Amino acid sequence: MMDGSKGFNDAQTGEQKIRNFNINFGPQHPAAHGVLRLVLELDGEIVDRCDPHIGLLHRGTEKLMESRTYLQNLPYFDRLDYVAPMNQEHAWCLAIERLTGVEVPRRASLIRVLYSEIGRILSHLLNVTTQAMDVGALTPPLWGFEEREKLMIFYERACGARLHAAYFRPGGVHQDLPPALLDDIEAWAHEFPKLLDDIDGLLTENRIFKQRNADIGVVSEQDILDWGYSGVMVRGSGFAWDLRRAQPYECYDEFEFKIPVGKNGDCYDRYLCRMAEMRESTKIMLQAIAKLREPEGQGDVLARGKITPPNRAEMKTSMEALIHHFKLYTEGFHVPAGEVYAAVEAPKGEFGVYLVADGTNRPYRAKIRAPGYLHLQSMDYIAKGHQLADVAAIIGTMDVVFGEIDR
Amino acid sequence: MSDALNELATMLELRMGDALVSHEIAHGELTITTTASHLVKMVRHLQQDESLKFSTLVDITAIDWPGRRKRFELVYHFLSMYLNHRIRVKVPVAEDEIAPSLTAIHPSANWFEREVFDMFGILFSGHPDLRRILTDYGFRGHPLRKDFPTTGYTEVRYDEALKRVVYEPVQLVQEYRQFDFMSPWEGAEYILPGDEKKEAAK
Repeated sequence: MMDGSKGFNDAQTGEQKIRNFNINFGPQHPAAHGVLRLVLELDGEIVDRCDPHIGLLHRGTEKLMESRTYLQNLPYFDRLDYVAPMNQEHAWCLAIERLTGVEVPRRASLIRVLYSEIGRILSHLLNVTTQAMDVGALTPPLWGFEEREKLMIFYERACGARLHAAYFRPGGVHQDLPPALLDDIEAWAHEFPKLLDDIDGLLTENRIFKQRNADIGVVSEQDILDWGYSGVMVRGSGFAWDLRRAQPYECYDEFEFKIPVGKNGDCYDRYLCRMAEMRESTKIMLQAIAKLREPEGQGDVLARGKITPPNRAEMKTSMEALIHHFKLYTEGFHVPAGEVYAAVEAPKGEFGVYLVADGTNRPYRAKIRAPGYLHLQSMDYIAKGHQLADVAAIIGTMDVVFGEIDR
Repeated sequence: MSDALNELATMLELRMGDALVSHEIAHGELTITTTASHLVKMVRHLQQDESLKFSTLVDITAIDWPGRRKRFELVYHFLSMYLNHRIRVKVPVAEDEIAPSLTAIHPSANWFEREVFDMFGILFSGHPDLRRILTDYGFRGHPLRKDFPTTGYTEVRYDEALKRVVYEPVQLVQEYRQFDFMSPWEGAEYILPGDEKKEAAK
């Protein structure tokens, strides 16, 4: 002991007084999941105070959106939560569609559901496996990323981009899916549960993983209300709250899926929830593919009208169609004045867009409500009294992505 | 859906009296307007009343309307996970007005209010820690105000000679591309070449 308690008789100096230790966690820490800077005040190994400094990835998305047309703003949403890009686009499209009163064709709606669920698996795979890495396991991320790669190829085959898709458009989706792609996604969805079993085998009963996650970051009902949690942070504590079920959007009401809930509200239960949600998502994907093959699932993928481009064949013959195409991609479409809040159940929780339109071709104000922002906010509350090493587990379980928090 | 919202609105009107300035139902969403002095009372009522139970604060943001007498509009979104409904509360505040903080009722308001302060410069009374949150350390101005240029005022670069990051005034190689695509038939006020002759002829 160096604190002088055991027969240390030299003169005492001020330096020998025990004081709390402040450390900077991040912004370049591998367990910070991006550019998070935490200022931690430690009492020994126990966290006394935790002050997250965010904004290191702030790009001013909301300001930029005010000077761009509605369609030009769509790709910004890919760059928010870049782990599951299409789920964000979905909220933006829903907001515009509700203000303009556009009805999305059935095929587009089904494709949206299919790709939203792919996004959910992309996000949960990354989260579950990197959280395992944060607490000491190396194999899960390697296995998980292999599957993510396959899913991103499905993204690429639908829209040409692995990450920044810009595939969901106001009024539908950009292009139709080729039948071969549906076959491949279906084959993948049948294979995927086996990989989940493997990851299950690696982690679920793993002693180290359990010791690092069980009883860490326990969330109670009051915490959920106080801190505005959503998504798995709520479901891990036993509340079956899921916007896909509670306030159905798109055509989620016709799909059969279960909402997995936890019991103890700790990191381990949230891990189990995410694993179970991936299995449910796979089931939704299979249902969506089956529906896409039915006769009712055929047809156009865009609600042809003012806010969507005319089809290619029409442009070759119709002058009006050509003018419409030109005007749409230069001036953009006008959204009637009004305001709307559209929320989707993104993989990380409730992702919402509050859109104020003033009747022009640009949004007057668009507020992006990211679930991670609220989750990270409660870091000080959750981490207090935990060990320093648990901070990594808590960041992992909150599923923070700085694209959406910093905006 | 809108029946239930109508019912909510009339109930709030009865209970809250003059705290409720106006209400509106549009696109299946209920919006109520209150004043800064009544906000805390209103939110507490929304949270605690058994038939409302708006227990979750979803979002706080603001809108800048430079033309209005009260320049800013604070917008609060609440959700009830128990009764599965949403509400939007609006509070107009002037530029020099201080809004009450909701952190005592909803701890989650903390960062939202910091963000509104950062982006719009609206102050909140009773907030425990009203620092900037998203912008750079030492940033000046409030970016989401309509009079703040999208390019900002300063830019940073690494200076090889000084061996540090330096801040400089923004220099644009070309003008910021703010295209006005409004068609002249839809209300844009274009000054066409030759228009000045018309003035001179008068």
